[in-house]
Formats: sequence, C-alpha cells, structure tokens
Amino acid sequence: MKILRASRMEQCIGCYSCSLACARLVHGQLSWSNAGIAIRSSGGMTTGFEARVCVACDPAACARACPTGALAQRRGGGVKVRRELCIRCGQCAEACPVGAIHLGRDDGAPYVCIHCGRCVAFCPQNCLELVEAAAPTPRCELGAAGDGSDSPNSGRDEEAPDAAR
Amino acid sequence: MRLASETFRVLRVDLATGRGTALEFGAVGEILGGSGLASALFERFGDLAAPWNAPEQPIIFAVGPLTGAFPLMSKCVCGFKSPYNGQYAESHAGGRLALCLRFSGYHALVLTGQARVLSSLTVGSRSIELADVHWLRGQDVFATGKLLRRVGGAGSSGHRSILRIGPAGENGAAYACINVDTYRHFGRLGSGAVLGAKNVKAVTVVGDADFALPEGREYPKLFKRVFDTVTATDKMRKYHDLGTPANLAPLNRIKSLPWRNLQATSDEGIDGVTGETLAEQLLLRQTACAGCPVGCIHIGLLRQQFAKDHEYLYRQVNYDYESIYAQGTMLGMTNASDVLALLDETEKVGLDVMSAGVALAWATEAMQRGLIGEAETGVPLAFGDLNGYLAAMRRLGAGAGEFYRLLGKGVLRAAEAYGGEDFACVLGQEMAGYATGELFYVAQSHGFRHSHLDCGAYAWDQEHAEHDVEGAVRFLVEDERARLTLCCMVGCLFARGAYPQETLQEALASLGLREAADNLERAALGVQKKRWSLKFRTGYDPARVRIPKRFLEVTTWKGTTDPEYLRSLSEVYSAAIRDLADDGADDGAASGTAPGMASGIAPGPANGDAAQGRAGRAD
Repeated sequence: MKILRASRMEQCIGCYSCSLACARLVHGQLSWSNAGIAIRSSGGMTTGFEARVCVACDPAACARACPTGALAQRRGGGVKVRRELCIRCGQCAEACPVGAIHLGRDDGAPYVCIHCGRCVAFCPQNCLELVEAAAPTPRCELGAAGDGSDSPNSGRDEEAPDAAR
Repeated sequence: MRLASETFRVLRVDLATGRGTALEFGAVGEILGGSGLASALFERFGDLAAPWNAPEQPIIFAVGPLTGAFPLMSKCVCGFKSPYNGQYAESHAGGRLALCLRFSGYHALVLTGQARVLSSLTVGSRSIELADVHWLRGQDVFATGKLLRRVGGAGSSGHRSILRIGPAGENGAAYACINVDTYRHFGRLGSGAVLGAKNVKAVTVVGDADFALPEGREYPKLFKRVFDTVTATDKMRKYHDLGTPANLAPLNRIKSLPWRNLQATSDEGIDGVTGETLAEQLLLRQTACAGCPVGCIHIGLLRQQFAKDHEYLYRQVNYDYESIYAQGTMLGMTNASDVLALLDETEKVGLDVMSAGVALAWATEAMQRGLIGEAETGVPLAFGDLNGYLAAMRRLGAGAGEFYRLLGKGVLRAAEAYGGEDFACVLGQEMAGYATGELFYVAQSHGFRHSHLDCGAYAWDQEHAEHDVEGAVRFLVEDERARLTLCCMVGCLFARGAYPQETLQEALASLGLREAADNLERAALGVQKKRWSLKFRTGYDPARVRIPKRFLEVTTWKGTTDPEYLRSLSEVYSAAIRDLADDGADDGAASGTAPGMASGIAPGPANGDAAQGRAGRAD
C-alpha cells in the first residue's frame, strides 16, 4: 500500500498544478480548493511553499471523528472516503491534526488526499512521490489508542530522480 | 457553475460607494477575452475624451475563456487610459491574479469612480469590500503587502492575489506600476497612477469559487497533451533555467545591448551581469505564476552588510532580462548585486523598472553634459554608481522637487524643460532593451503598447540584413495579431510555441466554445482593428511619433542606423495601423481584409514564431 508524501517541497515553485490536477482527475471539478492537496505560501511569496496534505495517520483522527463511516481507516495510513455516507458535519476537518481536510464551500463535503498519486505526474519539480507505507508512518496522538511511536518516516526515496523537465 | 460561457461575467465596482454590479457582457465568439474584452469594456465604460484621471474613467482587469482551464493561461490584461500619453493602454501581468480572478467567478473586474479615502478593495465570488486604509499612505510596496496580509476581512485566507501600488502610484508618476503578488507587475504606461488617482492603494482578488469539469474526453486529453508539451519536452526549459537573462550575453555580443544611455551597444563589463553570472552566483530559486508549471520567475539573493562586524541582511529580488538591462547595462552597472539592490529600491517605490532605469540613464548623461546639476538631482549621478542611483530612485518615486516630478512624467517631458531630447532613449515610452535595428525602433515607437511584446521586431532585425520594408511591416502586423490572439485567451507569450492557433481552437472547442473556436482568426482580426481604433480615438497619431537622434547614432551588428530605411518603415507601418484603426472605427471586423494590403503590402505567410531560438527574446 502506497502513500503520498510531499517530500521535497523546498523545490516547489508554487504553480498549483498538483491541486488543480487533483480537483480535475479525482474530484471531477475545475477548482483551486476542492482538492486533496493544497499548496500555501506561508505569509507572502518570499517565504516559499508548503503542502497541506494528509500525512497518512494510522489510526486516523478524522476516521475516528466521522460519525457515519464516510471516512474509514485505510490500510497503510490515511482514509478511504465514501462520499454517499457523508452528512457534511465537518468533524473530520476539525479532527485532522495537520489541517489537511478542506470542506467544500458549496457542497460542505470533505476533500482529503486518498493517496492515489495522480497529482505526482503533474509536479514539474518532483516535489511529490508515492512511497511504500510499510515503513512506520507518523502517528496522531490519540491517547491510549495510539502507540506513541515517534519513529521518523523512512518512506522517502533517497535516490530522487531529476526534476521532470 | 460552468467555466465556459458564451458571454463574459463582469463585476463593475463603483469606488465612490463600494458597491458592485455583476453583469453579462459581450460575446466570446466576437471579442474573445483578455485584450479584446478589456478594450470592449473600455469602449463601453470609458470616456474617450476625458483625461486619464477623471473619476469616471475605468481601470479594467480582464482574463479570457481559457483562464483556469489550461496550463500557462496565467496572464491578466489591465486596460486603462494612460497618464503617460493620454491614450487607451494595456499592460499585462502574471502572478496569481489570473487564476484568482477567474476563480472569483468573473472574467473581468471594472473599477470606476474614486474612493473617498485611500482604500483597499477585496473581491471574491461572494464578497465585495472597500476598506479605509488611509494608514497605508506612503507605504512602500513590500510593507503594504505585509500589512494587508495581516489585516482580516474577506481576503484574509484562501487563494488570493494582492495588487498594490507604492508611493509613485500615489504621487501620480506617469510610469508608476501596479505590483502583483510581490514579483509580477502591470509595469508599463502608468496603471499604478490610475489606481492612485482612484484612491485605491490595493486590490485583493480571492479565487474561492469552483467550476464543473467540461464534459467529454476532449478536454482532459488536450490538457495532458499541452502539459506534456511544456514540461516533458525542452520547449520551455530555457525560461526556467537561466530565464530571459540568458539573452544579455548574446545581445551584447551582436552589439544590440544598450549601455550607458545607449552610448554603446556592447561592453566588456557584460560578464558581471549575464544570466549565467546571476544564476551561478545569486539565483536563490525560481517561482511560477499560478497555473504555469514552467516557473520562469527568477529570484536573486541579495546579501548586504548593514553595519560593522558581521552584520548582514538579505533580500529576495526578482530579476529578468529587461530589468537587468534597464537598471544594469543602461546605467553602466557591471556588478550583479548592485543591480539587484537598485531593482529592490525600484520595487519599493512602485515604478516601472524599464522607464525608471532609462530615466536615470538620461539624467546621468544630461548631468555629464551640464544640462542639469545637483541642484536638480539632489545627488551626483554617474554611470556605475549605485549609491547615487539609490538616492535618485527614492526621489523619483516620491516626486521630490520639480526635476523629479517632470522626470516622472517621462524622459521627453524632462528634456522639454532641460534640453537633451537628442539623447532621450524614448520609443513611444522609455525603450526596452533591444538596440537591434530599424524595425525594432519603429515597432516600439509606433506599436500599440509601445512595448517589445507587441511583436517580434527584435528578432526580425537579427534575421534580416536586407531592407524589405513591405515584408517587415507585414510581419509586424501579422505577428501582432498572432500574439494578440494568445493575449485574448489570456496566455503567457512564452507559450506561443505550445499554443499554435489550431491548439487554441481545439482548447476553445473542448470547453464547448465552438463558435469562438471556429471564428478565432476572424475575431482576432476584429479585436486588432478595434484596439487600434481605440488608441487613435484617444489621441494617437503616428505622424507625431519622433525617434530621437540617439537611435541614428547607434552601431549594431548591421552597422549604423539607415535613416532612409527607418523613415520608410515608419511611413508604411503608420499607414498599415491607420488602416486597421479606420476599419475598427467602421466596425469593419467582419470585412476580413488582411491589414497591410490596403497599403500596398503584398500578403504573405504569418511568421509569428520567427523569434524562436535566437538572441533577444525576453518577453
């Protein structure tokens, strides 16, 4: 099972091609916001860019918070989404520890990364990658349920290929 | 909500009341968008006879039918009446504005009236807010951006684009720019002064709406094809790699790079300011306009010692070919860090880098010749002296004293008062960085935007030693139309290779805009005529264009300027654009007559991409 990592955001140029691709290809929309990955400049253009994207918690706080099962734990981290079960309560977005769930302005639906990796090919700077989730992944602090592991993520491919240009 | 529609959705905001009206306007199949939309809106809402700063005059920001749907459709067109020449003018900018405007739900934003106090306007898909920001008066461009980001309200979160002016715009400098998202600009012909006259310090556009995906398989297939063209091939590599400054060394080599107020066209000092030097020593990173995977915006790291011991500060300064020419070689500066330091000061005051650099170059020569002295400039000016230029740039932005107020109206205005018209490097406005030959001088001085971006005249000069007046003028007219077509969509001119006309037609059709696709060539001709008509009706007369003596003294790779060839080009091109304007005034868009033919110029193949692959293509 693979998960998406924004491993090399230092290389980001802020083109938003990843967010726009996610909206188009995963969510069937032309949207800058309704996407599972959001790129933000933190306080102006001089500060570079950061990605707000699901960090693939296991167990996932958002799935725990979801009262209907619309968001369910995904093997390897993150969640599976069954939009038809969602009642638009927004509790998943509140529960996400890294602010990676966007609630659609018009439909109130949660937009969260499903780790499909379709955005990766649209990053011209090679910032994104799909990695095996077999290695320990970041854990949310969920009290007794979490195992408290703070092992660093070792899923990153150290042999980063050249930027695809 | 669908992205594509047969008409344009326009928001008009009355700055006197802060209230807006959303309206349906025009037909995409006729006016296309971008440049065509801006000029049509100016015709509708502008007063052709009233001065540029009359409160009722509109300032227009327009995108096009492909904005938000395809890569590199990342530019926005600003239409306004220019404080520089009193004529209808256009300036284009990238950054995040194009996507923000389209995702705010509009194709265009039209600002009319005058705010009662210095104000900041925020527009989103569900918001219009005009806020009192009198406390921003006099603040520089960077401080303004930082303070606005801290303020709450509709524009405080989400994808947004922040436009703002500096002191120069507040002071009415005729080449004050509008800064877009820190590193991009509506640079030329004074849109910053127009916002200033309207008492608008800043405009924030929030892209918070969403659209349904176009139906069918055509759209996703074409998107992928275009995306692959611009990322997986080498087509755009040069723009990301060294960027436009790659042209500095080659233009210097062929004696076409203006140095020291165009006293020379080549200099051994080039090594200090080439694109290679900048990239190897100072390039910090590249960044992109929203929706463009190329990333051509080059940011240099300027490290400056500000006190004794090891006390340093750093600045991040955007550089391009044009800015290094105008505030580097034109001012005799051969140290790249010095050039970045001056560019940073120019950004702060909010002046167009090209006009400001050329203005100080003229002032330096005027001082050398004794036409002006420190009584006028306040500081000594000498080619290569950064400190003098830093101080002068602050004064120019502030409009400090009679000399700088006049210089801020344009070099020729200062020359009228102090002398020195012969060496004023002005071609309609202060020259762009191409001393390539007669056709460029005629193209910029007579051209619609008086910009090197109107057409590829600089490339023609480099390719054609022969004096083919008719062929050259036909190229100007046809290349302008090819570029204009893209500027209606609104695509970046770097994307010319990725978007030949057939691809634009496919793109429009994939969004369901079949009429616009089928009618593209004809509609572009109509827009070209209409735009020229508007320029003429707001006072333009090509017969009054003068090319200063300095351009006759220049030696390029072809030798010295040929005054007879220059005169012939001027005459024939003037006739060609007058024909276009006459047709536009008669609503002759439907005639389909190829411009130029009426002037006795034989028709020939369009050569819009003639500029590909040679020195001097710094759009």
